[in-house]
Amino acid sequence: MSWSIDHLPAVLSLIGRHVYLAGLPLLLGLLIAVPLGWLARRYRVLYPLLIAGTGLLYTIPSLALFILMPIFIGTRILDPVNVVVAMTIYTVALLVRTVADGLGAVPDSVNQAATAMGFGRVRRLFMVELPLAVPVISAGLRVAAVSNVSIVSVAAIIGVPQLGSLFTDGFRRNFMEPILVGVIACVLLALVFDLAIIAGTRLITPWQRTRRAA
Amino acid sequence: MIRFDSVSKEYPDGTVAVGGLEMTAPTGKITVLVGPSGCGKTTSLRMINRMIEPTSGRIWIDDRDTTTMDAAELRRGIGYVIQQAGLFPHRTVAANIATVPMLLGWDRKKARARALELLERVGLPTSFADRYPSQLSGGQQQRVGVARALAADPPVMLMDEPFSAVDPVVRDQLQDEFLRLQGDLGKTIVFVTHDIDEAIKLGDQVAVLRVGGKLAQIAEPARLLGHPVDDFVADFVGRDRGYRGLGFQRAPKLPLAAETTARLGDSAEQVRAAAGTEPWTLVVDEGRRPLGWVNTEQVAGTVSSEVLHRGGTVASTNGTLRNLLDAALSSPARRGVVVDEDGTFAGTVLAHQVLDAIESERAAAAAAQPAGSAAR
Ligand SMILES: Nc1ncnc2c1ncn2[C@@H]1O[C@H](COP(=O)(O)OP(=O)(O)OP(=O)(O)O)[C@@H](O)[C@H]1O
Ligand SMILES: [Mg+2]
Repeated sequence: MSWSIDHLPAVLSLIGRHVYLAGLPLLLGLLIAVPLGWLARRYRVLYPLLIAGTGLLYTIPSLALFILMPIFIGTRILDPVNVVVAMTIYTVALLVRTVADGLGAVPDSVNQAATAMGFGRVRRLFMVELPLAVPVISAGLRVAAVSNVSIVSVAAIIGVPQLGSLFTDGFRRNFMEPILVGVIACVLLALVFDLAIIAGTRLITPWQRTRRAA
Repeated sequence: MIRFDSVSKEYPDGTVAVGGLEMTAPTGKITVLVGPSGCGKTTSLRMINRMIEPTSGRIWIDDRDTTTMDAAELRRGIGYVIQQAGLFPHRTVAANIATVPMLLGWDRKKARARALELLERVGLPTSFADRYPSQLSGGQQQRVGVARALAADPPVMLMDEPFSAVDPVVRDQLQDEFLRLQGDLGKTIVFVTHDIDEAIKLGDQVAVLRVGGKLAQIAEPARLLGHPVDDFVADFVGRDRGYRGLGFQRAPKLPLAAETTARLGDSAEQVRAAAGTEPWTLVVDEGRRPLGWVNTEQVAGTVSSEVLHRGGTVASTNGTLRNLLDAALSSPARRGVVVDEDGTFAGTVLAHQVLDAIESERAAAAAAQPAGSAAR
């Protein structure tokens, strides 16, 4: 216990780093996945390519990706940007399919009505299709959030500090307490991300709450 | 006016959905496209607002070739109603209705006021404005769909089986309201249905298409019923067309018989004394509007609303021969109830009187038309 109390400020700062390294890629990934998912819906031939292609990205081992990233984007090895970019790639890998499926779940009659009323393609995407895809996309985002919180910890091995650093630290010194604190903090963090996404989704989809139990 | 100028549509897989369609939908009238499934009704309709581009031919709205117009702009001037309503589930009823006004850049207040006005127009309470579509019944959603199509007051409306997903009673109601609305608004409407009865009821003119999108006949409903051009149209128009044709003939003035009437609350003795040997007595309300028939012999105590026989239909003095005949046939007393325009009881007719009237109308029509010209 005394270790935790002594190192509280350090742990808090590690949590902050963790939020940044797992959260920012979530937003960036979403921004990239939306146009890709839209393309996958719009052009039938692209769908299998984009879905399989992005799906494959997720299978690259994270450690390898963290290590190789500087070679691709010319950053320094310890630069946290490496982690942000790598995590963004994982987020995109998880979300492209979700976005495509979410857009695909918009009823045909709704899309037709929108077109018939004179919505252009872009306007229709932002005013009709995306809002209706929010519940599906949000479900995917929750998976990505939990996955990010967990994967980011690996970055401790290449020396980018966040909660994962507590694991390497504890392991080196054969000392359980930091490891335990790290695990608990990770779980709580994942929970907070999840709740935040749920709350945000509820806020922007008031129409979902009125659904009659059909 | 909407004019199809030898319009064809062949889909990439080689299906000819519409083949050389020549047709005009006159301004301010309802033109119904009817025909068997897959005959190209929806395709024809969607070519008007260019959701589908014709393979060849042109479509004119008044004197503008639609292909020369910007598609989105064209569509904002054309109301569109479809079977599943297609309301936006994430927007309130008012926001749904205000969609096109907002696209056209109206200010928020004005668009909302318009939405509320239209809600009333289509027979919904304004308290529905802030509900979401999932909180409405199918028939109510369809009404909102119509209101949404009318929002920016487009001169042209396209309707693709708008009433076919609701139950028959609601459908009938929606059709009546639609006709009333059209009476006020006078839009140029192209209406698609596969239901010939709906076509006959709603259309100022009805276009029957055959598979392959070929026009078989276009005519006013009465003409279609009376003079189908070939077996296909005759089959499609269906049985009972002679009887249904009566629905387009105004009833002539017939001599109406008077009735002894009773009121709710009258005693059985009063009723029997007034009726004499007549087994049925007509019950009317304070305004002399007919309520139903009561069996004179069986009534006990006082005449109450429970003992009323309400199965009979009521014809209006300015109704059709069909209304009149039906009133006679559906009446338990065999005497059809006829009311004045204000709904007050005017008298009764017997079925044979109506049949005689039909006979003489037909004889007069045959005499007026030289022999041999009956085919067209
Ligand atoms: N996108 C498409 N590709 C190929 N063929 C099509 C396409 N859309 C429609 N068709 C075909 O074109 C023909 C006409 O279709 P359309 O939808 O216009 O018929 P409809 O008269 O509206 O039928 P229904 O009463 O069943 O709605 C049908 O044979 C249909 O299979
Ligand atoms: Mg159709």
